[in-house]
Amino acid sequence: MTRTSSAEATAREEVAAPVASPRTGLARARRVGGRALSAVTVLLGAATAAFLAQAALPGDRATTILNIRSGQAVARTPEELAPIIAQFGLDRPLVRQYLDYLAGLLRGDLGSSYQQFRPVWDIIGEQLAATLVLSLTAIALAWLLMVVWVVATAGRGPRVRGLGQTVDTVAAGLPHYWLGIVLLLVFALTLHWAPVMGGDGIEALLLPALTLAIPLGGFMGQATRAEFERALEQPFVVSARMRGMGETELRLRHVLRHAVLPAVTLSGWALGATISGAVVVESIFNRPGIGRVLVTAVSSQDIPVVTGIVVLIAAVYVIANLVVDVLYTAVDPRVRIA
Amino acid sequence: MTLTTEPAGLLAPATKDAPRIRVRGLSVGFTSSAGHRRVVNDVSFELHPGRCLAIVGESGSGKSVTARTLVGLTGRGAVVDADELSLDGEDLRGFRERRWREVRGRRIGVVLQDALVSLDPLRPVGKEIEEALRLHGWGDRRARRRRVIDLLDAVGVPEPERRARQRPGELSGGLRQRALIASAIALEPEIVIADEPTTALDVSVQAQVLAQLAAMKERGVSLVLISHDLSVVAHLADDILVMRGGEVVEQGAAAEVLGAPRHAYTRELIAAVPGGHTRDTRLAPHFVLPEFPARGAAPHADGPLVEAVALRKSYPVPGGGRATAVDDVSFTLERGRTLGIVGESGSGKSTTARLVLALEEPDAGEVRLAGRPWTGIRETRRRADRRRVSVVAQDPLSSFDPRWTVEQILSDALDLRLPAASREHRIRELLGLVALPDAVRRRLPLTLSGGQRQRVAIARALAGEPELIVLDEAVSALDVSVQAQILDLLVALQDALGVSYLFISHDLGVIHHVSDDILVMKDGRVVERGDPEAVFRDPQHPYTRDLVGALLRLDSDTPSATASPGETE
Repeated sequence: MTRTSSAEATAREEVAAPVASPRTGLARARRVGGRALSAVTVLLGAATAAFLAQAALPGDRATTILNIRSGQAVARTPEELAPIIAQFGLDRPLVRQYLDYLAGLLRGDLGSSYQQFRPVWDIIGEQLAATLVLSLTAIALAWLLMVVWVVATAGRGPRVRGLGQTVDTVAAGLPHYWLGIVLLLVFALTLHWAPVMGGDGIEALLLPALTLAIPLGGFMGQATRAEFERALEQPFVVSARMRGMGETELRLRHVLRHAVLPAVTLSGWALGATISGAVVVESIFNRPGIGRVLVTAVSSQDIPVVTGIVVLIAAVYVIANLVVDVLYTAVDPRVRIA
Repeated sequence: MTLTTEPAGLLAPATKDAPRIRVRGLSVGFTSSAGHRRVVNDVSFELHPGRCLAIVGESGSGKSVTARTLVGLTGRGAVVDADELSLDGEDLRGFRERRWREVRGRRIGVVLQDALVSLDPLRPVGKEIEEALRLHGWGDRRARRRRVIDLLDAVGVPEPERRARQRPGELSGGLRQRALIASAIALEPEIVIADEPTTALDVSVQAQVLAQLAAMKERGVSLVLISHDLSVVAHLADDILVMRGGEVVEQGAAAEVLGAPRHAYTRELIAAVPGGHTRDTRLAPHFVLPEFPARGAAPHADGPLVEAVALRKSYPVPGGGRATAVDDVSFTLERGRTLGIVGESGSGKSTTARLVLALEEPDAGEVRLAGRPWTGIRETRRRADRRRVSVVAQDPLSSFDPRWTVEQILSDALDLRLPAASREHRIRELLGLVALPDAVRRRLPLTLSGGQRQRVAIARALAGEPELIVLDEAVSALDVSVQAQILDLLVALQDALGVSYLFISHDLGVIHHVSDDILVMKDGRVVERGDPEAVFRDPQHPYTRDLVGALLRLDSDTPSATASPGETE
């Protein structure tokens, strides 16, 4: 205990000794409240940005909507515009429109599509499951690949380590569109192990998920590898060896847990990132999903659909990061105390 | 100790006198891309049942490598060569990893230093102890759980059920170290290797851990005790092996090696242990002190340099409330004198140092420097006087910019207005003051040895010609022989420059050696104060009596390990 490197650390230790327990419940409530408040702030920010994007679109909104629906870009008469203005409430003040929009969000109403005459939520809802399955499968695969690869190569001889690092770096740098096409060419067109397009079930999911998982796994591997090799040098690893523990068990039981914290943090970010990656992958593999909805909506200027997806992705980010916080304390219980 | 089976009973009578471990002509080298480097050369010893072999030497002497070779964990690229290396008559030299794993933990247990990092910080200590049992297929899960509690109880951990569920960071240093011992002796190995088991522990905890090891020896366990400090091994060792640079310089019965050392190096090591008897003498007479430039006496002024009056400081505790780190601490420090503050971790001595350095404002009370207020004023008013006070921390490495050379580190501490030529001259002078060769100027701190780094830290502290240097555990992480050189240097610098020291340490021997006045702190309060003679000869407070009783001396008998048996958080 006396071997602290700085006076500050000692001071903190000195203070930490007689911890008062009765008030920890209050502190926990405060912490949870703080988290929830920041989550709400993020969502509100995303929703506001999405609304402003709609409002700031050049030209008269009613004209734009009508032109999108008819597919012609012409000037409209007030008589033509009246029903549109009434339907979208465009004659109300901007602040009122904003508040209506927020109230709609609270009810789960994301507005209605300019083009398809349907609520945005229905359009997204049909495709959301496919994208979520793809994203979650990709993250699980990325973890599997990363853990196997890092445990097998980190902290070994110089050659194996070099190989491990190189593969991490290359994998992390692979662009989705290129990797997707290569996987498609090799496994679907040449080896016929997977369907070329569409299809249901696991075989159809595998290649798109791999396309997302390989760069993500490489990225997480880079972060984990450094921690893994540092943990391998720690005295408690020597202690475990001295108890008669074998190399593989040692790596899985002791070292891995110390190394995965950065990857856990990255996973929260990855859930959002793979959803945006899904845009490319769903096009390549011709899969249904939010990505394709987004591409279609952007090209046809169907702004309510675009903003609906933006708000939804923000919500996914927020939930993912709350889950990450919980996982974090499960992996490293010291966080809860600090 | 109430263990279910007595390890001594495991031994067949025929093997009673035969050595358990026999090593002859052991050499260890490491092969890397840079070539082959030999770190242990021709070491031979025997380890008998119920005996303790101490391997003593500085860091880098090869003592740990020798011990790790006994369990087949010498390290990557190690080449082990021996005429004989046997455990109970079995040749260890041809052992494969699988055979070694059967030996580790079951037949040879190892206790490493500093359990905070030697136990997995993310797992409860009970799990770590259970792991040793599980790895060797001992009992079922429930039996193992019970055994863990028994083991913790046996090594003197109070409330073992609760402690087993806590992580190392939640335990005090002493409890943690005992949990580590419990994990090493879980399977009752007949041999226990303890590698610096008490380094970084407070004196009273050190005494408790050594008492545990002594109890093991009583039960017939063979001990290999590794340390850089002869005073630690003195009363436990039956045989002592003194190593330097991979070679054995002296070997023999403990009484002979300590009582009548034949080799000069052994005598140096013995002389290097500071204490009351070493006051006003050199600890490392072979270490050449620099010629100090003639300098005028300390600036003449009246009154004490530092006055601390009724200092109090508390910190908020996570979860609400405040904990008082320093409570009603007062002292005065005269010019050119040394005030030693001794106490265990958590006693508030480092917080006191931070208050004196004005890094923190006290909640109540004040610090006065040379008769003028030092705390309770604005930082801008303090800045001009900052150079009068400097600090040397325990681990200088973390207080150096790792990308700066020694020259940059020292230059940074000099007055900005100094012209380049005198800057150059001053750096050379500072290096001379701390007996470092001019060649270290271009080196990075990471490439320096621990003793050299600490001397750079002292040189930096001297750069502004301070009147007060706060030494916060400044020699605690150093080997005894290096510590001796630094202590000699500090004493000589004080004589030459008239600087005052506020010397903070958990090591009573060091405090006794250097201090003119001593404060003993416990739980943020000063429990005893006085000159060294009074504090060490006639301690008034029961806590001081415990501390002094637990103090290890080369010439003393077993320290009283009963000082504070039931340590609690």
